Amino acid sequence: MTYTFDFWPVLERWPLLLKGTLVTLELTLITTALGILLGSVGAVLRTGGPRPVRAFVAVYVEVIRNTPLLIQAYFLIFGLASAGLRLPILFGAALALTINVAAYTTEIVRAGIESIHRGQTEAAECLGLSRLQVYLHVIIRPALERVYPSLASQYVLLMLFSSIVSAVGVDELFGMANRIQSDTFRNFEVFVVVGAIYLVLSVVVRFGFWLVGQALFPRRRKLGTAL
Amino acid sequence: MSPVVELEDVRKSFGSLEVLKGVSFSVERGQVAALIGQSGSGKSTALRCMDRLETIQGGRLTVCGHALHEPGVKLSDLRRDVGIVFQGYNLFPHLTVAQNVMLAPRLVRKMSKAQAKDRAEQVLARVGLAEKLGAYPEQLSGGQQQRVAIARGLAMEPKLMLFDEVTSALDPQLTGEVLRVIEQLASEGMTMVLVTHEMEFARRVADRIVYMHLGKVHESGGPEILTRPATPELARFLEAA
Repeated sequence: MTYTFDFWPVLERWPLLLKGTLVTLELTLITTALGILLGSVGAVLRTGGPRPVRAFVAVYVEVIRNTPLLIQAYFLIFGLASAGLRLPILFGAALALTINVAAYTTEIVRAGIESIHRGQTEAAECLGLSRLQVYLHVIIRPALERVYPSLASQYVLLMLFSSIVSAVGVDELFGMANRIQSDTFRNFEVFVVVGAIYLVLSVVVRFGFWLVGQALFPRRRKLGTAL
Repeated sequence: MSPVVELEDVRKSFGSLEVLKGVSFSVERGQVAALIGQSGSGKSTALRCMDRLETIQGGRLTVCGHALHEPGVKLSDLRRDVGIVFQGYNLFPHLTVAQNVMLAPRLVRKMSKAQAKDRAEQVLARVGLAEKLGAYPEQLSGGQQQRVAIARGLAMEPKLMLFDEVTSALDPQLTGEVLRVIEQLASEGMTMVLVTHEMEFARRVADRIVYMHLGKVHESGGPEILTRPATPELARFLEAA
């Protein structure tokens, strides 16, 4: 069995690869920002909200974490379309990814919030801070700092599994790979190249998290110790 | 002039366990009261009730003019008037010393950053930590952390300061530096209630000693009761201490 590698047919389609890479990055960036925002809100509601709200968040988290992302994406894009609500495909894909990752984020941030000692809240309340101020200034930031490595991993995963949305017709990196593959029949080469691009993207996402962490957690930047 | 703190037959239970079984005493303006007694005697619970960290179930409790036994107490008003320092310091670990002290003046008193910074420098100088503005809590000793916690309370200019066993987590060396700060506050006329195990300190600083035993005030009076206790329970407690 001999196989002659020929990367040229793949590499000469670099504009497609570039476009796919950019779409993947775009999806990841938007979804990361929204996911962390919504996940943090979810975690706050899950721990400190009124009882029905807590229950609602719990149900959301469990439903999302226990069903395949692909089905969630199909539901949002094709399911809702047949019910008459047509979402633009990229928007639908970003929405599906956000709803998915926000559920995981809720659980991660919740773990952080629950690790904050009761005395912290008491001290802040006794200084006269309102409930919202206590959450914003005394709970959320250290909670995020504690779970930041888990968050970074989760969002690298998000970037990697955003390839799933090619199945609903988004021309992100994996979608482009499929297209090049059916043009060139150079399956092996396509996946080597695209795999390498995903690897680089993972490093980029981790680096992005590191940079944001430096800005967000000055204590850690200065002392280098865990909270 | 009415007392700053007044308890009348205050009752509090946790589940079926009655911790305060009708506690009465009062603290006048400018006075320092020391709550002493064995673990489980209810002294910390009594103190926590004064800042509404626990709600009372019976009796009357008035703190700085706020009737805590009545429904609809405005907690934000109460906590403008009362500062509290805890055994475990409870500094915010992600903030510098200055930020710890500035947080409440900025958020609650709506001070500008510059005003809050001035205030922080001033109160940190009072506890002898002016040079630690930029440090993080974990870089400080326990005694220093506790002094920052006191400064954080002072920055809100409370009318009453509560101290809940603030030296219990410290070794004897560090205890001294915290007690000196409290003593200085006493000499400046701050009204204070302290739960303490430091009998020598209580004798020196307190105007009023309240000995709690089994959820009640068993004996109270001036610091002389520490030398000449009237009840055998207090005598036995002092012997053991």
